[in-house]
Amino acid sequence: MAKPSLSVEIAGIKMKNPVAAASGTFGFGLEYAPFVDLNRLGAVFVKGITRYPQPGNPPPRLVETPAGVLNAIGLQNPGVEKFVQEILPALRPYDLPVIVNIAGTTVDDYAFVAASLDGLPGVAGLEINISCPNVRHGGMAFGVDPASAALVVGAVREVTGLPLIVKLTPNVTDIVAVAGAVMEAGADALSMINTLLGMSIDVRRRRPALANITGGLSGPAIRPVAVRAVWEVYRALKVPIVGMGGIATAQDALEFIMAGATAVAVGTANLFNPRATVEVIEGLERFLVEEGIGDIRELIGVAHGERGAR
Amino acid sequence: MQQHETPVLQNKKVGLDVYRMELFAPDVAAQARPGQFLHVSVHTKGRGSDCYDPLLRRPLSVHGVDVKRGAVALLYRVVGRGTALLARVKEGELLDVLGPLGRGFSLPPAGSRVVLVAGGMGVAPLYFLAEELLRFGHEVHFLAGARRLEELYLLGDLLALEEKRPSFKPSFATDDGSYGFCGPVTGLLEVLLAAVKVDRAYACGPRQMLREAAGVLARFGVPGEVSLEERMGCGVGACLSCACRVREAGGFSYRRVCADGPVFAAESVDWEDR
Repeated sequence: MAKPSLSVEIAGIKMKNPVAAASGTFGFGLEYAPFVDLNRLGAVFVKGITRYPQPGNPPPRLVETPAGVLNAIGLQNPGVEKFVQEILPALRPYDLPVIVNIAGTTVDDYAFVAASLDGLPGVAGLEINISCPNVRHGGMAFGVDPASAALVVGAVREVTGLPLIVKLTPNVTDIVAVAGAVMEAGADALSMINTLLGMSIDVRRRRPALANITGGLSGPAIRPVAVRAVWEVYRALKVPIVGMGGIATAQDALEFIMAGATAVAVGTANLFNPRATVEVIEGLERFLVEEGIGDIRELIGVAHGERGAR
Repeated sequence: MQQHETPVLQNKKVGLDVYRMELFAPDVAAQARPGQFLHVSVHTKGRGSDCYDPLLRRPLSVHGVDVKRGAVALLYRVVGRGTALLARVKEGELLDVLGPLGRGFSLPPAGSRVVLVAGGMGVAPLYFLAEELLRFGHEVHFLAGARRLEELYLLGDLLALEEKRPSFKPSFATDDGSYGFCGPVTGLLEVLLAAVKVDRAYACGPRQMLREAAGVLARFGVPGEVSLEERMGCGVGACLSCACRVREAGGFSYRRVCADGPVFAAESVDWEDR
């Protein structure tokens, strides 16, 4: 049998395989170059970028929880200007679609960052972060309300022709409503899910474990929540989805793909296994060979019981 | 390549809750500098490499290397579930480690007189540093402090080193006076600095101790380096979890303990970051 095809296209971005590194867990990609051949990845979602440099939250920023971690980094980043001048050029030598996660505290901020990145060589697309739970203004506040979410996406759509992937928060009652609103406003695809809002208390210190008090829960612990979210949105809207939330193995990735994701992103697993992305890619290929499937796209959404999905 | 599957040569209890683990990792042994660390998976290959609880690796500072044998030593205290799992690892099992990671201590100019200030488990990397400094012919004052005698973890090794090397001068402090100076190790540091002119200082230990040591060093005008600890995620500088605040012209910025540290100039650390 011929080598199975792993390539997919999402929001017009061609990926050599459906496996990306998720924003926030992979830095700007370069940090992982000593561990993985970045050219092998389907794409990289780089760390969230804002209009101005952000110092981030005070420590402690991370606490381990059962099969997961709570984090409250607070979008620490050098700002869009420095990103464009110093980081983007270092990424250009790689054969790797770079999708820039953009965040802001106002609608104008998002539009400013998007406009700054528009048309730059080496930027394959934007991931609009309306789901960060760890900043005081903006972030998740936009993502929990369909109208606000649509406002951000519409403003970004006006200033850029780049593919737009909107990253949704699971901390909502009806994720389908938010998904529908942002697609309507001009999104090309969805990333789901961002972290679940959580909290942990250090009983010896009798204080919250994180300086930020609350944080975003990620890791294998949240995977079933993420799979359910992808399932619901795909079922209702049949839109292109990048699935993420606790993916550590090819099996995990397949759950998302079968729920309806066109591509997947490996996040927290990078923290404990720097080779997780590549291992997922290799595992997907093995699975296709074992199951006699020629093209990974045949598996998108198959758990819904429909043949030959998008 | 910074990721290694390393056979465990030895994992032996050497103190109260303290273990000394030796890994066969020739590349790491050849490269590791004092102050650097390994990011160690607590699940052994085969037995639990698909285990997600606890999820994260544990950063452990390099305690020593034996380049000829290709061995790297780690000294760790069982403080939680991760280190408890490590303590159960048997000789011959495989552990996945990343490293050597981080920026270690910088060595002083030739012929320096230096002081090393260790609190509790802080002796682990400083013992490695002491060996290196002695190799280069420096005069090394080693101050080791603990709550009580039983927690002076490398007492025997430090006394043995004193026998062998005339330029190695250890002193000890315990909070309860059960061995050596009665009081904090920073008290011992003050006594030393009042008596002898020291060119440079290196400290590792609990945050409060480091903070006091930095204060003492500033008062005596001795430049120093401190090795910090923080809850760590990736260990390679990507996730920005292990932040510590560093003073800068006009304010501060957060640095990554894993990649910008764990060793920082003592005077640069902003101890008010929490």
